[in-house]
Formats: sequence, C-alpha cells, structure tokens
Amino acid sequence: MRKRGLFSRTALVLGLVFLYVPILSMIVYSFNNSRLVTVWDAAHSPTLKWYGVLFSDGEVLDAAWLSLRVAVCAATASTILGTLAGTALARFGAFRGRSLLVGMTTAPIVMPEVISGLSLLLLFVALEQAIGWPQGMGALTITLAHVSFCMAYVTVVIQSRLAGFDESLEEAAQDLGARPAKVFWRITLPLILPAVMAGWLLAFTLSWDDLVISQFVAGPGSSTLPMVIFSKVRLGVSPDVNALATLMVSVVASGVVVATVWMRHRQKRRERDAQLAAAANL
Amino acid sequence: MEKIERRRLVPRGLPRRQLVAGIPALWLTLFFLIPFLIVLKISFSEARLAIPPYAPLITWLHGLPVPRIHLSSYAYLFTDPLYLRSYLYSVMVAAVSTLFCLLIGYPMAYAIARAGEAWRSFLLMLIVLPFWTSFLLRVYAWIGLLQNDGLINNVLLRLGLIHHPVTLLQTDFSLYVGIVYSYLPFMILPLYANLEKHDPALLEAAADLGARPFAAFLRVTLPQSLPGIAAGSLLVFIPVVGEYVIPTLLGRTDQIMIGRMLSDEFFDNRDWPLASAVAILILLLLVVPIVLLQRVERRELEAQAVAAETLEGSA
Amino acid sequence: MNAQPSTAPDLAPPYVRLQAVSKKFGEFLAVDAVSLEIRRGEIFCLLGGSGSGKTTLLRMLAGFETPSAGRIYIDGEDMSSVPPYERPVNMMFQSYALFPHMTVEKNVAFGLEQEGLARSEIARRVAQILEIVQMSPFAGRRPHQLSGGQRQRVALARALVKRPKLLLLDEPLAALDRKLRERTQFELLNIQERLGVTFIVVTHDQQEAMTLATRMGVMDRGRIVQVGTPAEIYESPVNRFVADFIGSVNLFEGRVTAVGAQDLTLYCEACGCTVRAQHRVACSAGDTVWAAVRPEKIALATDAAPGEPLEHNRIRGKVREVAYMGDVSICLVEIESGKTVRVTLPNRSGLAAQRDLRHACVTLSWDAASPVILTG
Repeated sequence: MRKRGLFSRTALVLGLVFLYVPILSMIVYSFNNSRLVTVWDAAHSPTLKWYGVLFSDGEVLDAAWLSLRVAVCAATASTILGTLAGTALARFGAFRGRSLLVGMTTAPIVMPEVISGLSLLLLFVALEQAIGWPQGMGALTITLAHVSFCMAYVTVVIQSRLAGFDESLEEAAQDLGARPAKVFWRITLPLILPAVMAGWLLAFTLSWDDLVISQFVAGPGSSTLPMVIFSKVRLGVSPDVNALATLMVSVVASGVVVATVWMRHRQKRRERDAQLAAAANL
Repeated sequence: MEKIERRRLVPRGLPRRQLVAGIPALWLTLFFLIPFLIVLKISFSEARLAIPPYAPLITWLHGLPVPRIHLSSYAYLFTDPLYLRSYLYSVMVAAVSTLFCLLIGYPMAYAIARAGEAWRSFLLMLIVLPFWTSFLLRVYAWIGLLQNDGLINNVLLRLGLIHHPVTLLQTDFSLYVGIVYSYLPFMILPLYANLEKHDPALLEAAADLGARPFAAFLRVTLPQSLPGIAAGSLLVFIPVVGEYVIPTLLGRTDQIMIGRMLSDEFFDNRDWPLASAVAILILLLLVVPIVLLQRVERRELEAQAVAAETLEGSA
Repeated sequence: MNAQPSTAPDLAPPYVRLQAVSKKFGEFLAVDAVSLEIRRGEIFCLLGGSGSGKTTLLRMLAGFETPSAGRIYIDGEDMSSVPPYERPVNMMFQSYALFPHMTVEKNVAFGLEQEGLARSEIARRVAQILEIVQMSPFAGRRPHQLSGGQRQRVALARALVKRPKLLLLDEPLAALDRKLRERTQFELLNIQERLGVTFIVVTHDQQEAMTLATRMGVMDRGRIVQVGTPAEIYESPVNRFVADFIGSVNLFEGRVTAVGAQDLTLYCEACGCTVRAQHRVACSAGDTVWAAVRPEKIALATDAAPGEPLEHNRIRGKVREVAYMGDVSICLVEIESGKTVRVTLPNRSGLAAQRDLRHACVTLSWDAASPVILTG
C-alpha cells in the first residue's frame, strides 16, 4: 500500500511542478531588466520597467477595457441563461425537447473553438444581410458570441449543484403553501448562490481569456486583450506580456486564496455551532 | 429501499415553466443551432469575390427557386493530400495527448483522492488555479522555456548535458507539452470526482481476501474509475482535435492541425465555403465522441441524484 | 399511555377518504387499490416495511404524487389533483427539511407568510406555537445550531402553525435515540390532544405505531392488509404476515380436526401437539390452518416426569437459549420436531432463576383463549 501511495504522490508533486514552473518563470522574468530570457541582468534587476511599458501601452489598455466590459456583460447574461437552463434540466423531468436542450448545453463545452467562432461569424453576417442587424462586428457581437458558449458551462455548474440539492427543502416549502416560483426565489436560489457566483466567475474567466472566437467575431476596430497579446507573442517572447501575466496571476491567486480562506472559516464556524448544539442537547 | 422515481414538482398550467426552459432554448437555437445550419449551407456554396464571399444558395429562375449546390469544396477536401494529412494528424495528436494526459493525470487525481481532508481542497485549488489564469499566457510561457535560448536549454547547457541548444520549439514535442499542460485539469477533475466516491472499504476487503495492492488497484479501483476515465478522455480529445492556439504558438510549421487550416482558409484565403466544409467534416469526425460524452455525463448526473435521494433516507 | 380513540367515531363522516388509490411508477405498482377512511382527530399510523408503499401513499396525501387511479377526499373535497401548496395539509419530513438559511422564527413563519397574514398576526402565532413546542428561547438560532430533537420540534411547529386539517408525519421518531424517542412520543400525543389535529403517521417501527396510533393500517407490497386499533391488530391479526410483522409470534401449522360451537381443534403434526382454541374462524375439518400464539402467553414449567402423554395446548421441549433482557427473558425452546418456540418470561425472580433454565426439560402450555387461528 505504501509503495502505491509513494508513486502517486511523486506523480502529484512532479505534476504540480510541471504546472507551476511556466507560471513562475514568467513572473520571475517580468522583473528582469533584460529582454532576453537567457540573461538575468543582475545589475539592473529586479525592475518594474516592463510594468511601466505595459501601462503606457494604449493598445493594451484599450483592449483590456474592452475585454472587461465584454466579460462582465457576457458573464451576467450567461449566468442568468445558464441558471434557467440548469434549473429546467435538473427539475423539470422529461419534457418535449429536453434532449435537444441537453445537447445544446453540453456541446459548446467541447466544441472546438474554431468551429464555434466560424459559425457565429457566419450567423452575424447572414443576420446583417437579412435584417440589417448587427451592423458590423464589435463589442456586441463579441459579447453575444461569448454568452453562447459560457452559458453551457454555467448550466453544467448549476445543474450539478441542483442534482445534489436536498429536494425535500423545496417540497417542504411547497407543502407550506409557496408556489414553485416562490420556492425558487426564497429557498433554492439563496442556497445555490455560491454555485451561481462560481458560475459567474467561470463565465467571466472564459470570456476574458477567449481568443479564437473573439478573433472571428471581432471587427477591425475592436481587439480584445487576448487578441493583442496573441499578436505580440506570435513574434516571440515579449517582457511586457510577462508583466501582464504576473498581474493576472496575482489577481487570480489572491482571489482564490481569499475565497478559500473565507470558506474554511465559515466551515469551521458551522462545525463549532453544530458541536455546541449537540453538547447542549435537547 | 423503495425505489421511488421522484416525479419532479411540476407547476401546473403556468407559462412560467415554458419560459424557464424556453428562453435558454431559444437563445441556443439562435446562437448555436442555426449557425451550424448556416455553416452547412455555406459549405455547399461557391467562393466568390464579393461581400460576403460566397454565392447564394438559392437563385430564382423564372420565379422558381433553384438550389445551387456545389460539392466542390468537399471534393477538394477528400482529394487534397494536405487536408487529408491534416485531419489524420489532428486526430493522432488528440489521441496521443489524451493518452499522455491520462497517464500523468490519473496518478495525480489518485493521490489527491487519497489525501487527507485538509490537503484535498488545497491540492484541488492548486490544480484549478492555473485554469483561472489566462490560457494564452500559460501557453506563451512555454515559448520562453522551450526556445533555443530559453530556460530549459540554458539549464541543460549549464549542467553540461548538452553542448548546443536543442531545438525544442515548433516540434511535436513542444506541441504535446503545450496541449498536455493546458488540458491536464480537464482530465484530473473528472477523474478525481470519480475516484473520490470510491469506498475505501472495497480495497480493504480486497486486501483481506489476499490481493496485493497493485492487483487490488487493477481489479477494484481501475474498473470503478472507468466512467471518470471516459469523461476525462473525451473532455480532452474532442476540443484538442480542433485546437488552434497551441499548434500556432508551439506546434510544427511543416504539419498543421486542422483548426489552423480552417482559420487560414477563412482569414487568409477568404474561402468561406471551403472553411465551412472543413468545419462540417471536423464535426462529423466528432459526432460520435460528443454523443458518447453526453451519455457518460448523463449517467453521472443520474448517479448523483440517486445518491442524494439515498442520503435523504426515504424508506 | 396509549392514545384513545375519540368518542363517537362511527357517527362522524370520514375526514380523509382514499378510494381505490393506486400509484404506478413505470411498471412498478407501488400502491395497489388502497381504500381507507380516517376520522377526524385520530392518529392513524401506516405501518409497513421498506417497499410497502406507505411513503408513496403519504406523498399522495401531501400532493407530491398524483394517484394513477382512484380519488383522495379530504374533508369532503376531492384533492386528487390539487398541488401541495393549495392543500390544507402539512407534512413533517423525515429529515425535517428545515431551511438552513433561515432562523427558527423565520422557518416557522414561512408558511404563514405564504397565506398573506399581517406581520403582527404572524409574529403572534409563531410565538404561540414555539411556546407549545418549548422552543421559544431558540427562536433566533439557525438549524445547524440545533440538536436533532430541537430540529424536530421546529419542524413540527412549522407544520402546525398553519393549523392544517391534516398533519402528515414521515417516520417522525426514526432519527432520535431511544430515550429521546420515548419522550417525544408522549409529547406528540400531548400536542395532538391539545390541538385536535388529525395525524397520519408513516413508520416502520411497530413500537412507535403501537404507542402513537388510535388506529393503524398494516401495509405490505402496496396493499393495506389490516386496519384496526393497536390492540385489535396485535391480539387478532388477520393473517400470518400481520401476526409475524407485529411483535413476535409462534406459528403452529396444522390440520383442523374438529370444529365446535365455541372452539376449534387442530392437530399440528410437526410438533406432535393438539391445539384447542376458543377463536372461531370459517373453516372445516381437514383444512390447513395456523395457530398463532404470542410468546408472552406461553407458560413454562420445568418437567417432573417426561414421557407422559400430553393434553391439548401443551408441548414438551428443551431450553436451548435464554436471553436476559433486563425486564424479561426470552427463552428459545426446541421441541422434538426441531422447531423453536419463543417464550417471553417476566423476570420476577431475577437472573439466577433464568440461569437454571438452560438446557432444562420443560413443558410449555397456554390456555385456549390465547391462540389466534389464521387461515392465510
């Protein structure tokens, strides 16, 4: 038993190293004065030079702002749609068109992005021809495109959360006189709120990071942050991109750490309360 | 245990229910289903120097609609050796990457599933954290590591293991590294979800009956983890077939994957019908895996629901 | 203290009436043409094992399942297709189903809020019911801060505050430990008497049913096998299933040898004994019947002279095992044919006397009023 444990644990450690070395290398080299990855310019490093370059690059800042707006809108719309779809799939049993809905909400997750992007662009072009809207590609088409694939992820998260949800709570609410809509608003939604928020964050990240679909549906005037980064890195290593990477990783890491710590704290408090109740007994 | 198929609480006669399912369904029909039909339609079209760059599918001749279907795009794809090789290469890369992800991810998922309570959430967080940071940036990071004057070559040179920089970038090696690196969480998470549910008492029973650890693993753990393996493998295989970013940044320049070919055909050659045909053929390739994945996922959800009901303890 | 049936029950029209109610899940018939009448103010227990259909029946009364066939009438109204939020019925769930994100007070108030009552009225009634279940000091707590017994009282309060016509209880005592269970049983009876609400309780625990019920119905595989007061069911089971399901019983299979005016005689070949019972059943000589004798109705005497031929209602045997339970001892006596007869003896003289019984040759006897003759 121990030997088996050792093998898998070694694999785990090596795997984690594998996962983190690239990220750490970017962070380290973002402070390197030299452009070259090979040379650690000890004389002038660590430096915030590249951060300065990053923040003065208008193209990058504009793109970041666009990405942010798109991501917030897309995440919010996806969360609403995904929650509706997830609820329908988890609670409505069999209904006409259910398998179609299931297919449409799971396929976008695995669909290669080039296909999704292509199909959406063709849709927008056809719409423009037919009814004159949308007029040209831009933030709107990017947002619409993102919603369509993000909501699939949110649906899975919500559906999975509801599947493991204690239905007797909803039944009890109905038994006490609440109609189904009321039950959802006052009982179900408050209790699945963490999952809804996780879904929002997931959709936000997916939209913020998306490259391929954006490339298809963005117009000549709009570039999202990933698009700008991509054009930069096709030419090779670019230190200001390292700086950007470091910033993003820090934001995400601190967010995750904060969330984890807060959840552990709540968990501990619950356990303590339960223990006190049991001890007091009756 | 009385096996009660809980009939879902159906609100009667309310339009609300139709709305709840209807609104997302409508959205997806418009933004997911119909676009595919449009792709299909355009794949039968002819490329034109126009805006949009394809000929209309239906022309009117003396007041009657006449469909103009061109199979030239498909004919081209089936006969062009470049495209055929690209398809095959893409499927092969996807299959091999899936295998690597499985070989690396399974022990990792196993280790996490067997770790203590406190460790588990921490480790999962570590696995998932890279996923929340930009996919593009993480792939880009490998450029810095793998290039001729990159970190890995530097370390190897310094250690004296090599005397000239080894070409690591823009090879099959760098492609696989990039893909496995990016898709590893997609393999680990479903595997972990499955392994975590295994009853440790089963392994103990096996040991009690005389099975050595590895045999117990083969006969008890592995078969039980097959749904997790299936889910993880499909979650990696299907999107990798059409991958664009990783092959472009890290992959070979002499053999291109099908995702990139589609993009080039579309943006560089402006041959929309051909690009559409490429897309349709990729979809046909992936229909079977996609259906398989949905079946696996549906079984998982059902199992979850049953488990939740069992906990409620109705008798 | 057992619940007493309410006075003049037969004159009042049935409060709850199930008319040939069936429920099918796909191919599986969970409830099979159940017809039942429940009177106002009584505590009716549905008793049965897993898969007997009792929970499904309860859920149909609550409105969470629609009958596949048959009708359900509550206080004269056909409720068969009325949704749960429109029924004057409330349920206490087995898991209590308290809303984790609300305080005790808010949990209890929830049902009243759905009725649209004024805030002051809601507050008054919530305070009143919490007083009755003795949970007033905990009004501001959340469910996870309560113990199992406390949660149950909140669940009860939440259901009762709406003054329902019918309260359904799903295995109400299952999650409680023994001491708590006894206390809660009596508390439930008190509250029911005080408020006069009709209870329907579903349980698999016969002891629970016997204590709580004014009447009970025994269910097996979707059907109601017998309905009656606990005493009726225990003393006069209608078939072997019921006899064996409630408490323990010794069954002697035999052929009817004589049918008299007041009694019935049968000969049990396997045990080599004759049973004469004062219980009359419709049967004729030669039929195969079973005599059911409860363990506590059997007397045990240590043998002086083995080998004497025995009269009716007596068997000889050897004590195989004695289980000392504190208040009683359970003796397993093996008779000649190999069958084991179970005898319950009160421990008047304590452990030492029971020890002597092991491996002793004994004569078992019971009087003619004890056996119940079963034809099925």
